[in-house]
Amino acid sequence: MTKYILKRILTAIPMILIITIICFTLIHMAPYDAVDSMTSPKMSQETIDLIRAKYGYDKPLYVQYIRWIEGMLGGNFGYSIVTHQNIADDLAVRIPNTIKLILPAYLTAYILSIILGLVAGSHKNKWQDKLIDGFASIGIATPTFWIAMLFIYLFGYKLKVLPILGMHTIGLESSFADYMKHFIMPYIVLVIGFLPDSIRYVRSSTITQYSEDYVMVQTAFGASKREIMFKHVCKNVLLPIITKLGMALPMLVTGAIITETIFGWPGIGPYFIKAIQGMDYPIVMAILVLSSTLVILGNLLSDILYCITDPRIREMG
Amino acid sequence: MEQSTKLLEVKNLNTTFQIQKNIVKAVRGVDIHVKKGEILAVVGESGSGKSVLMKSIMGILPENAQVTADLIQFEENDLKTFSKEQQRKIRGKEIAMIFQDPMTALNPLKTIGQHLCEVLKRHQGLKKADALKEAVNALSKVGIPSPESRLKQYPHEFSGGMRQRVLIAMALCCHPKLLIADEPTTALDVTIQAQILELLQELQEKEHMSIVLITHDLGVVASLSNRIAVMYGGRVMEEGVTDEIFYHPQHPYTRALLHAIPKPVTGVKERLEPIPGMAPSLLNPFPGCPFADRCNYTTDACREKMPEYHTYSDTQRAMCVFTGEELDKKDGKEKQNDK
Amino acid sequence: MKKEQNNSKKRRMERVISALKKDKIAIISLIFLAFIIIISLIAPLLPMDPNKTDVMNMLTPPSKEHWFGTDEVGRDYLARVIYGGRVSLLVGVLAMLASVFIGVTVGTISGYCGGIVDMILMRIVDVMSSIPWMILVTVISIFLNPGLKSIIIVIGCFTWMEIARLVRAETLSIKEREYVMYAKFVGTPFWKVILMHIIPSVFPTIIIAATTSIAGAIMTESSLSFLGIGIQQPMSSWGSLLQSAQTNLQNALYMAFIPGLLIVCTIFAFNKLGNLLRIYVEPRVTSGEKE
Repeated sequence: MTKYILKRILTAIPMILIITIICFTLIHMAPYDAVDSMTSPKMSQETIDLIRAKYGYDKPLYVQYIRWIEGMLGGNFGYSIVTHQNIADDLAVRIPNTIKLILPAYLTAYILSIILGLVAGSHKNKWQDKLIDGFASIGIATPTFWIAMLFIYLFGYKLKVLPILGMHTIGLESSFADYMKHFIMPYIVLVIGFLPDSIRYVRSSTITQYSEDYVMVQTAFGASKREIMFKHVCKNVLLPIITKLGMALPMLVTGAIITETIFGWPGIGPYFIKAIQGMDYPIVMAILVLSSTLVILGNLLSDILYCITDPRIREMG
Repeated sequence: MEQSTKLLEVKNLNTTFQIQKNIVKAVRGVDIHVKKGEILAVVGESGSGKSVLMKSIMGILPENAQVTADLIQFEENDLKTFSKEQQRKIRGKEIAMIFQDPMTALNPLKTIGQHLCEVLKRHQGLKKADALKEAVNALSKVGIPSPESRLKQYPHEFSGGMRQRVLIAMALCCHPKLLIADEPTTALDVTIQAQILELLQELQEKEHMSIVLITHDLGVVASLSNRIAVMYGGRVMEEGVTDEIFYHPQHPYTRALLHAIPKPVTGVKERLEPIPGMAPSLLNPFPGCPFADRCNYTTDACREKMPEYHTYSDTQRAMCVFTGEELDKKDGKEKQNDK
Repeated sequence: MKKEQNNSKKRRMERVISALKKDKIAIISLIFLAFIIIISLIAPLLPMDPNKTDVMNMLTPPSKEHWFGTDEVGRDYLARVIYGGRVSLLVGVLAMLASVFIGVTVGTISGYCGGIVDMILMRIVDVMSSIPWMILVTVISIFLNPGLKSIIIVIGCFTWMEIARLVRAETLSIKEREYVMYAKFVGTPFWKVILMHIIPSVFPTIIIAATTSIAGAIMTESSLSFLGIGIQQPMSSWGSLLQSAQTNLQNALYMAFIPGLLIVCTIFAFNKLGNLLRIYVEPRVTSGEKE
């Protein structure tokens, strides 16, 4: 098993390198000169060149790439072109905010979807299944931002019970109740957004498990429906789902870009969208690399989890 | 004699499956019984309904199956009148079943010990420690070496034959009165097949239980079974004591089956005769004999309605318009015509 | 053998049709899609102008004259929604074609050639699918001037990976079949084998992937347009209608409600039909449902 894990880690490293190269080239292919956003037409060519040299944009591409990678490894993501702030500092503020929103939402959706998926899968074609699966099918077709808009209208404008923007009311930064009020709407929208896909997944793997031979064999040995459900099917369904937790890692950063933007939640979402609109490419690049790296790490983590939990793989070399 | 009392008796059992709008009649009016301490072989091609028949008796068919019967008597009880819960308590305790494919019959994520202990706890009400002890016992009884350490292993660490032994251990750990073995050796290597069959026979004698052995291979059952029931198209075509079936088969289908097994003993070079055609579709079968399409002796009467049983002895009967003697005569004529 | 194949195709198609007949929701989906598509096609013939402003009637709720009300500059919202649907569907279809084209090309070549080609192509698929699509699409959309063309390219170029995987798996099994082996044996050039034998065999899979891919493309387009990096004014799609509805949400809910509902229904209908077609490829799906 250790060997397998080591091998997986070794294959992940070149993947991350390739992704950084892709990101870097992508940004440099952009038909905009990053310097333009810091200069004005009135400046002399000399000043422009000076600025260019200051940010290292005059060096050949591979030098820029190496400098950039070196910086990243040292936790230095560069500076925003627009605000001239340290990106690492910005991220250090933004990411925790995003996590505060996504982690509870994802865990709620995760647990709910396991319960609903198991119920639906074990009552295939009965009303419980039709209801849950119907919800999932409609949910998959529904854009989260639309749900968010309807929520804002209902709770923000019509009933006026919840604030529609931000994380705190100004002046009430330390009030937990105030935070919860801001938190509840984006949280529910995210839960609804995450649910349908995972319900589908749990449901279909439950159905697959129920069609396995061992379920019939267990009935033949007098196992009750309850025993089959909780002692056998549940275990076999949950195992691959636990490993899915690893894959959710990148969600912690980029899982709620739209929702955060709508609700003005001061996380990665609005920061990223603003950077895109302002062509603030060091920020875009940093987030692009960060999230891709997290995807690869997430996959790695879920593979490792799978190794540890599944006896069939655990034993192998 | 103990042999003569019936352990299980089934009368007029019908099983239908509803698949979308179609109704498939898998078992049609079967009467069958199992005596105490005997091995009954149920023989037939795939799709003849032999497996479905046994699963109907066990009550473990999927929900789209419908089973009706005049009687399913097990010992003193009519299983038909039992509630689902009562039926469940019999399964694995009084009647146990083992299956064709030992590779998929065990939950891959549970250890062998967990499998065995679950059954023991369920039916014997044992505590964990006692269940473990019993499990070790059960494993050594079916010839699995070093059972203590094997208990902690997962199914994928066992070979096919060993897994089948585990299943047999699971089936026998509650000392059932009836063991249904559904093609227990089909998925195994030939050498392992013989071992498993021997094991079954040995255990049957030790435990004084009855076995219903479902198989498509007449050769397998020759030395093992006391009686044989031949099934085709969801019906029992012929039943009788093993010797009767092998030496005096009365039904054309049984005869065809016998011609299709190789006989290494005789030394005479004989061509195997395949049975022409395919097993009949169970979807909307015509009212007559299901074998009519493939039989050499078919008359119009065969297709119109199901023939009655001809009884040949206390133990043997066959469902055909002709008796065996009549068939012999016809064969004789054909040979003369050939000349 | 050919006849047998045709027969089996016929039987499968019959099965799909009989499943369709039994499934009321699928029938409604089909009718709904047909309706939306026809309306989109004949929109220019309808007596309405999505750009005609009427300053006297700004932000009026749905009424007899304006079934869907008017927007903030007094344009008829029904017309805006119909023309928005045209754009959304157009993006959906064209992006689907692009992504199916790339996916099928990569998938068949990868599966058919195997070896190093397969390895390289599949690595590319891996890498591309590990970058969160949301981020990728946004980044790309800043290279190209936002608008109809770029959004189609962007969605097409970054959603083909799943199709490539599916088609590759299918190709792997088809290339082992006898008639393909034979074609290879007699020296048919490889592009011809792919065109004549592989693609027809994976066609049903492609159709299913295409249906779900349209749904995905419409969803992506609406998200991007909603964020303001998709379809730009004066053109509008359902997503960009939602974006402008955001500012007037407080007094004109209908502006947000109607396009959103249409997105939901359209995507739902495409997904539903995609699932139904799956019966054609995997006959077990139907029988499995009932067993």
